[in-house]
Amino acid sequence: MKKIQTLEMKKISKSFHGIFANKDIDLKVESGEIVGLLGENGAGKTTLMNILYGLYQPDSGQIRINNQDIRINNPVESINFGIGMVHQHFMLIQNHSVIENIALGYKETPFFFPKIKIREKVEQFSEKFNFNIDPDKKVWQLSAGEQQRVEIIKALLNGADLLIFDEPTSVLTPEEIKELISIFRQMKASGHIIIFISHKLDEIMDICDRVVVLQKGKIVGSTDTKDTDKKSLARIMVGRDISFNIDKKKIARGRKILSVDSISVMGDKGLDAVKNISFELFENEIFGVAGVSGNGQRELAEAITGIRPIYSGKIKINGSDITNKSPRDIYDTGISHVPEERIKFGIAPGLFLYDNAVLKQHHLKKFSRRWFLKYSKIKNHTEDIIKDFNVSTHSINSQIRNLSGGNIQKLILGREISEQPQLLVASHPTYGLDVGATQFLRRHLLSLRKQGSAVLLFSEDLEEIFELCDRIAVIFDGEFMAILDSDDKNLSEIGPMMAGSKRLKKQ
Amino acid sequence: MEDIIISTLQRTMVAGTPLLLATTGEIICERSGILNLGVEGVMAIGAVTAFIVTMTTGSPWLGVAVAIAAGMTISIIHAFASITLQANQVVSGLALTMLGLGLSGMIGKSYVGKPLLIKMEDWNIPWFSDLPWLGKIFFSQSPFFYLAILLALVSWFFLERTRLGIEIRSTGENPQATETQGVNVSKLRYLSVIIGGGFSALAGAHLSISYSKSWIEGMTAGRGWIAIALTIFALWNPGRAIWAAFVFGGIFVVQYLLQPLGISPNFLAMLPYIATLLILLLISLKDPKKLNAPAMLAEPYKRGKR
Ligand SMILES: Nc1ncnc2c1ncn2[C@@H]1O[C@H](COP(=O)(O)OP(=O)(O)OP(=O)(O)O)[C@@H](O)[C@H]1O
Ligand SMILES: [Mg+2]
Repeated sequence: MKKIQTLEMKKISKSFHGIFANKDIDLKVESGEIVGLLGENGAGKTTLMNILYGLYQPDSGQIRINNQDIRINNPVESINFGIGMVHQHFMLIQNHSVIENIALGYKETPFFFPKIKIREKVEQFSEKFNFNIDPDKKVWQLSAGEQQRVEIIKALLNGADLLIFDEPTSVLTPEEIKELISIFRQMKASGHIIIFISHKLDEIMDICDRVVVLQKGKIVGSTDTKDTDKKSLARIMVGRDISFNIDKKKIARGRKILSVDSISVMGDKGLDAVKNISFELFENEIFGVAGVSGNGQRELAEAITGIRPIYSGKIKINGSDITNKSPRDIYDTGISHVPEERIKFGIAPGLFLYDNAVLKQHHLKKFSRRWFLKYSKIKNHTEDIIKDFNVSTHSINSQIRNLSGGNIQKLILGREISEQPQLLVASHPTYGLDVGATQFLRRHLLSLRKQGSAVLLFSEDLEEIFELCDRIAVIFDGEFMAILDSDDKNLSEIGPMMAGSKRLKKQ
Repeated sequence: MEDIIISTLQRTMVAGTPLLLATTGEIICERSGILNLGVEGVMAIGAVTAFIVTMTTGSPWLGVAVAIAAGMTISIIHAFASITLQANQVVSGLALTMLGLGLSGMIGKSYVGKPLLIKMEDWNIPWFSDLPWLGKIFFSQSPFFYLAILLALVSWFFLERTRLGIEIRSTGENPQATETQGVNVSKLRYLSVIIGGGFSALAGAHLSISYSKSWIEGMTAGRGWIAIALTIFALWNPGRAIWAAFVFGGIFVVQYLLQPLGISPNFLAMLPYIATLLILLLISLKDPKKLNAPAMLAEPYKRGKR
């Protein structure tokens, strides 16, 4: 028998600086149920779950477990009630190893020599569920996908009765998502409750029994998934129809922009992460790199944008050598970068929105005169990004850390691509974006392509890759297994190639 | 000549003892994310209480116990200000130092210059203390010396090999993430600050009832500040603090040796700080990840703030 049979949130309201993030929310979940929580970026999903987890206190409203009023003052209490949560922003200790991170949260960690037992646990878990993870790596050495796996292991090991997953699948591979879904089904069968937040409507339709839609802090719809479909969910969420079809017209590619000539790059562990990779990139082209995260994508992106040294090989842009130039020099040649871990590396959390909107551009003539910044220009520019990318915030004068996860993503994207770069290096650009914003971004990438830019797109979302790319490279263990045109028959074997069991050397 | 070397090394061990004790305490405290600049003041409190209690009761061990209790108690002020009130830790730590120095001077006024009849006796470890050279240097020292090394090793073990250690270190690295894992961050921080205070007071007790057997105002003479530099020099690792503390202890002793040769004592007094700066510089140039400083050191943590 589970500790939580029913959990109710009644008339929950919470506001920040006088603006409602949640207003009069009623939500009831029962044992054996998987409930989806859906809503645009900034709708208040994370806030509501943080209240349930004891991180925030509601301004008003009641929480009831098994028909008894309770108060949850902090996460310790929430865990004791049987609640667990995978957070949207990874709650990991960067300087600690995977083992130490898991030991921290696991209830049965022994007092003495905790690492021995946890290592066993992690190995058992990885084997049972096909989640591969090196337990001795430090978290800062892991890719975003690997970090997400650690978070999921942490939550599952504790086996809470009610588990909240706040966008757990944003950087998982399709295979891993399948594993996760089967774990969810097992848990449901044994009476657990799962609250699942995602922007991927297919997943929601697939996993959840019921879905609750939030809009601007209020519940605007609640239905069983069997009575609805993707289109109508999107309509409830955004309040208008969203088209899921993107039509990509074939266009002839232009001049060569980027040439990467057999580069090798060292990873954080001191081993080769990128091994002898070569490719070229042309105007009017989107070049996708598909692969399981942690196979060298991050290192490749960092090498091209100048963040990581290249120890052999050459990179040229428009024929001039940029190998091992500084990131700013490379930025000034027209290469923009949307990094993988944007929240960590892409913003200065305590600065205002408008500061963050020009973090990379503040030295340009447009925004500064000698040592002084032209704040009115900067603010106008920020307003433009906010309008174009539909960032929901009450003011550009607030600290960026107070934005919702998806809205931070939007602002960074806006900053990086508003300039019309010659080459855009984008890692998981739609990570964390709601349906509307995802479609907007995909269209924007296509329009960059049309205007003559080149895009290097790293993504684990195969659908996204197929939809957008002209050519697709499959990366495994730091090497390209193949470079294929978007209409190549061999694309059907992309799965085995991503797993490293098949290789096509075309060039 | 041989005698000079042996006695220099022996005094190095003596001088390193309070540094090691205080540094170990500060490491534990800083590992939980709290910067405590009150070491000097708490040391003074420890010194004066140990002295008075030993003098009036005739029991040095009781003196030690009361000193530790006093050090822990007064450290609660810093814990309250920096954890509960989320005040600026530099300010609150400095206040603690001033308070400790002032208070100890006041309490100890009537004891200044009085000799201590029963002091903490040195321990001669049987057999080992008869070894040539090593015996004198390492095995006929005060109990504080053995205790300091033992406690540093135990602290290393606790920080690196127990669950509590993982929790304390996590708290200093990322209190928000730690709290979401069901760890009570403020409780752990209180615990670490209070333990750190106990260590500082123990270091002070060594000064007044073993090292100099008397009480004078300001007898801590900047050792608390050196302990704070040592914490950095040892890269927040109690194991490394052991040799680091004795190196710094050596510098202390050499000061007295070199003074007659006309080398300015002020210059020598600077050495520990210069050494700390140099090591910071070297490591940052080579591999900043190795620096190991707790990521959220001295950052107040408030739940519900992103
Ligand atoms: N600590 C805070 N301080 C100030 N404002 C906040 C805070 N937490 C949330 N907000 C605001 O509350 C609103 C809802 O944020 P929330 O993170 O719940 O959105 P969300 O639905 O999870 O969005 P996303 O899909 O982008 O993650 C946002 O407008 C955000 O700016
Ligand atoms: Mg969210």
